[in-house]
Amino acid sequence: MTATKAQLDQLDVLEAEAVHVMREVAAEFERPALLFSGGKDSIVMLRLAEKAFWPARLPFPLVHVDTGHNFDEVLAFRDQRAEELQARLVVAKVQDDIDAGRVVEVPGGLRNPLQTTTLLRAIEEGRYDAVFGGARRDEEKARAKERFFSFRDAFGQWDPKNQRPELWDLYNGRHNPGEHIRVFPLSNWTELDVWRYIAREGIEVPSLYYAHEREVFERDGMLLGVTPVSQPREGETVTTRTVRYRTVGDASCTGAVASPAATPLEVVEEVATTRITERGATRADDRASEAAMEDRKKEGYF
Amino acid sequence: MDLLRFATAGSVDDGKSTLIGRLLYDSKSVFQDQLESVERTSADRGDDYTNLALLTDGLRAEREQGITIDVAYRYFSTPVRSFIVADTPGHVQYTRNMVTGASTADLALVLVDARKGVIEQTRRHASLSALLRVPHLVLAVNKMDLVGWDQAVFDGIVADFTQFASDLSLDLPRVTAIPLSALHGGNVVERAAETPWYTGPTLLEHLEQVDVVRDEAHARSARFPVQYVIRPMSTERPDYRGYAGTLSAGRLRPGDAVVVLPSGRTTTVAGIDTFDGELDEALPGQAVTVRLADEVDVSRGDLLAAADDAPTPVSTFAATVCWMTDAPLVPGRRLLVKHTTRTVKAIVTEVQDRLDVTTLAHEPVPSLQLNDIGRVTVRSASPLVLDPYVVDRRTGAFILIDEASGATVGAGMVAG
Repeated sequence: MTATKAQLDQLDVLEAEAVHVMREVAAEFERPALLFSGGKDSIVMLRLAEKAFWPARLPFPLVHVDTGHNFDEVLAFRDQRAEELQARLVVAKVQDDIDAGRVVEVPGGLRNPLQTTTLLRAIEEGRYDAVFGGARRDEEKARAKERFFSFRDAFGQWDPKNQRPELWDLYNGRHNPGEHIRVFPLSNWTELDVWRYIAREGIEVPSLYYAHEREVFERDGMLLGVTPVSQPREGETVTTRTVRYRTVGDASCTGAVASPAATPLEVVEEVATTRITERGATRADDRASEAAMEDRKKEGYF
Repeated sequence: MDLLRFATAGSVDDGKSTLIGRLLYDSKSVFQDQLESVERTSADRGDDYTNLALLTDGLRAEREQGITIDVAYRYFSTPVRSFIVADTPGHVQYTRNMVTGASTADLALVLVDARKGVIEQTRRHASLSALLRVPHLVLAVNKMDLVGWDQAVFDGIVADFTQFASDLSLDLPRVTAIPLSALHGGNVVERAAETPWYTGPTLLEHLEQVDVVRDEAHARSARFPVQYVIRPMSTERPDYRGYAGTLSAGRLRPGDAVVVLPSGRTTTVAGIDTFDGELDEALPGQAVTVRLADEVDVSRGDLLAAADDAPTPVSTFAATVCWMTDAPLVPGRRLLVKHTTRTVKAIVTEVQDRLDVTTLAHEPVPSLQLNDIGRVTVRSASPLVLDPYVVDRRTGAFILIDEASGATVGAGMVAG
């Protein structure tokens, strides 16, 4: 028996809210799927899904949109988690859309914007009617306007000016065939909450999230690791630094931060005192313009 | 560390965005890159000062028009508490947004301009907070610097507000009034030197200390809407059957007698499971899986209630509805009602009257227009297990869904 809690603390409340949302989806939708990249937010979301349906297995598959620019360790972690949970993992590759001519890769450009096409293709092929994403409202100001249940039309588009009001814990998942709902169980979590939860629950995340030595070079004020998809240009000097990643997206545009934080608790400490948002610090794609995220989201991005 | 959800309400120029900006800024929750981005945009637009409203106005259309379109959620924390702020805009879809923000709030923060005192907007905010049963209300008397931090002005506004609340016998929760200046920061986070006459807490102190233990919810009888049936059908647990859900009120322990509604079968709780182990007691708000002692027919949409204090299922009920779409709500309208985990077809058989939210007067009307609040009678195709909203904000609430478009067109509160 687990001893009774006197009162639910903040993480308990956020956990219960996310579990409630996931169970609503499992009960009301026919073909849900959970976006799982091996990044910390989707790892936490996956743990919450495990909690929501225990002792049963997950009642939906995992889907990963693979840019082809991922960190190997994160891919290995993704596969390992799917195997542990005996979950079906569907990988949709951006490279397939490039090869088929559905999207055009700009030489030297970022692959993140291309993901939308691949994501929408995966949703269509899987005929998913609900797709869980690990996005949080605190990440970005367009996301601050998101609902837990976010309606997408037959083209996968988000219409931020015409959203369903969301009251109490009553979520409206009505949609017609071809339309779908994006579901964000971590809406009310902050980066700090995610790390506190990882620390409290002892959740394993890829070691990239913790301090390690790495060859990096500086570009646009970010530290980029030397990888096959991110090579230093002329005039960019490679040095070995102690860094960690705050996000582990597309390696070509995801920067590391100089950090000595080597354990979950040290990361909690660091995040609690940091003065830069994780996207501001490490995502070149979000710096494109004031409305870069809003524009991508309207087209159907995560 | 616990969590407080609060909703802010205010009109265009009362400094609401500045106040939220001040709370975020003084509690060091605005990040440097966010602030730089806001400073850059302010300068580009030719604003004289850093427009902290830009921190919360996230959409392109909002920045272009200088207005807030939709409820935005903001997050900050102090060493003792985390906060979720539902920032509800004042102009477009005012009632809809305020009702949405207030529906989950533990506290409503109502702003008053010290120069203007209690105005119609203030009355509307207070009435809606009372209607939605937000447990705490803060009357933030802002721009005190512009009235020379005059205690008489503050006392006058508090007296006006108290008078208004008692005139309408507004069922207002605990009210705390605070004199402050969002622009200069006085009594927001730091105490204002100009108000030696004010002995109460600063706004942040109050937000940090206000009671969020849901005593009432803990003390009431158990209510457990069943969300989902868990049946692993695995070799280890071939016969496992658990009912997943969130306990909305009361406490639930193994051995408790419960009644399954609407069927009315009684049984006892055999166990309360979670991923982290079995519980000897579940608390309100906890998401758990309940096992029952007997093989009874239980599915999504059913309610497990304390056997000695269970509501009676009904198919016709009175409710107060906030109407949220352009086409008016007329008697005879068919809709879907989503109440806890049950969605049923229903007809609004009668529109009784409309509520004037500034005077709380009921006026007879033939239909409810967009953003109207009024009393209606609903008949549902199958029975619902309801509590009055004044007793329970979960089992007393429902939403109305248009079956054709799928849109959420109304929010309802079951009459007591």
